[in-house]
Amino acid sequence: MPPREGTYGLLAEFNTPSELVHATEQARHVGYRRMECYTPYPVEEAAEALDFHTTRVPLLCLLGGLMGLTTAFLMETWINVWAYPLNIAGRPLFSWPAFIIPAYEWTILFAGLSAAFGMIALNGLPQLYHPVFNAPNFRNGATTDKFFLCLEAADPKFSLTETRAFLETFPAVSVVEVEH
Amino acid sequence: MATKNPIEDPMIDPRTGEYAVIAPGHNFKSVTQKIAGIVLTTNTPLGWFFGLMVGGGVATGVVIGCTWLFLKGVGIWGVTIPGAWGFAIINFVWWIGIGHAGTLISAILLLFKQTWRNSINRFAEAMTIFAVVCAGTFPLIHVGRPWLAYWLFPYPNTMNVWPQFRSPLAWDVFAVSTYATISIVFWYVGMVPDFGTMRDRAQLPFAKYMYGLLSLGWRGSTRHWIRYESASLLLAGLSTPLVLSVHTVISFDFAVAALAGWHTTIFPPYFVAGAVYSGFAMVLTLAIPIRKFYHLEDMVTLRHLDNMAKVMLATGGIVAYGYGMEVFMSWYSASHWEFFMMWNRMFGPMGWAYWILILTNIAIPLTSLWSRKLRVNVTYLFILSIVVNTGMWFERFVIVVTSLYRDYLPSSWGTYRATKWDYMIYVGTMGLFTCLFFLFVRFLPMIPMSEVRMMLPQTKVSRSGSNAETAIEETI
Repeated sequence: MPPREGTYGLLAEFNTPSELVHATEQARHVGYRRMECYTPYPVEEAAEALDFHTTRVPLLCLLGGLMGLTTAFLMETWINVWAYPLNIAGRPLFSWPAFIIPAYEWTILFAGLSAAFGMIALNGLPQLYHPVFNAPNFRNGATTDKFFLCLEAADPKFSLTETRAFLETFPAVSVVEVEH
Repeated sequence: MATKNPIEDPMIDPRTGEYAVIAPGHNFKSVTQKIAGIVLTTNTPLGWFFGLMVGGGVATGVVIGCTWLFLKGVGIWGVTIPGAWGFAIINFVWWIGIGHAGTLISAILLLFKQTWRNSINRFAEAMTIFAVVCAGTFPLIHVGRPWLAYWLFPYPNTMNVWPQFRSPLAWDVFAVSTYATISIVFWYVGMVPDFGTMRDRAQLPFAKYMYGLLSLGWRGSTRHWIRYESASLLLAGLSTPLVLSVHTVISFDFAVAALAGWHTTIFPPYFVAGAVYSGFAMVLTLAIPIRKFYHLEDMVTLRHLDNMAKVMLATGGIVAYGYGMEVFMSWYSASHWEFFMMWNRMFGPMGWAYWILILTNIAIPLTSLWSRKLRVNVTYLFILSIVVNTGMWFERFVIVVTSLYRDYLPSSWGTYRATKWDYMIYVGTMGLFTCLFFLFVRFLPMIPMSEVRMMLPQTKVSRSGSNAETAIEETI
């Protein structure tokens, strides 16, 4: 756990996604690792610059889907064959073709819920407090029209003066210190 | 043949030749202000109150109708033997079908990278959810003892009774409940970043607080965005087979029964196409007044309306093929019962319903929608969308009623006549739908802001340059 007091990081504000991506690439190039971009819409190039490629959301989705499939199919089989067998016009108790339909629906249900809630959980949400919200210019920008790069104090290369000087070499609108 | 000159079209970027989804002259801030402003203004338009009042007034039909229904039982409806399925099932299928266009727009068009759908997907999804709410009402109230409707679900109980999974009615429960759940989750996940924007822009402390809670603390982090995009794509990929399966399962309710007019293999695809057809008509019914009232012509452009009309033309064509095949098979099958059913459907005592259906669903739309002039004529499209939904309602009426009321034995023939309670509840659900929609446009962002931002030319990232202008120049 990083310390919950003092400086969280330095937040640079940019007007365009290109400036943000350029600054992020450079920051990574000179050795910063603990950093994050904040944008009003998904900027894939920023993720590339951060070297963040894979997510575990598809895996969770697959596992959820398989779980839904097995749960529904086994439940139907158990119910219609053992728990409550009914003779419907002499058809076999284990009518697996008919069981496919609810099993199919539950595959989708469990997979969809796993993808959605898995995404929220992997993102660490809900998290109503975060240090970047303390920056005065963050709230009116990051969810509307501004692009932010935050170099975090937890990075070993971080130094308040040198990092600030580094960020000011880019055409940033402002560079502000973010408190915890 | 009319040719259009692409250079003169203001929506085409002269430099890249790409079709802009959003009218030129917008930036990140202006689209955000425009969309969030509709919700965050403290100045509620009078027209909104009027609309909500009308919707609410009509919706009392559901309350009154259902109260009387619960007191007296389903005998107050026109359902009887042989017409044991009446308005309840017709309205259920009609409403669910309307919902399908929302999922189609949000899921299938996303997978096909049809970016134009970004401006209409949110309210199309809202339409889906409200349509499913209206649809779900009918199976719940037509079970006869609605307080025991939860028996439809498999749950451990002291009676040791379980559902019977070989029945299409049990499949229905799974299909519709999954559809409702996934639609709501997809809709909510899509709104989370926009709730973040609303939280940051709201002035009232209460609004700030509520949008803050709903946003889950969204801060637009790039790592979050990547997982978010991945989850959105997965949900779209899952919703696509889901939406096709839901109306397929509903068509099984009919197709699995051994009744002439129901027992056909063409039902699943033809039901799905009909659902999309009526759904797009409903999107037009909603989008045309909304874009006018809230001045959203820049975001829901004529091209959107044109595209939706084209989808209607295509799905309407599939529906027409379905009708044609039904007629053909009733002759080609050489089945006496099939042939009689079709003759009775066309020329029997309820033949008028069939011809209304042909007129409103096939004759009017499928002859006129070929003209681009009419496809971009807003008034015409609005009227047409209502005509098509009338036609789709009659389609379900024809399928349910004319197959049932004259079956194999002439001695068991009867007729079907809906009562005032049938009409009251049906019209009431339209009021309920209107009400929910008015609440939605007032309190939730009706156009996805983050997705609209992605369609602006400013999003182009240049790898070496430092601003968007050089980026565009480099791509030329």
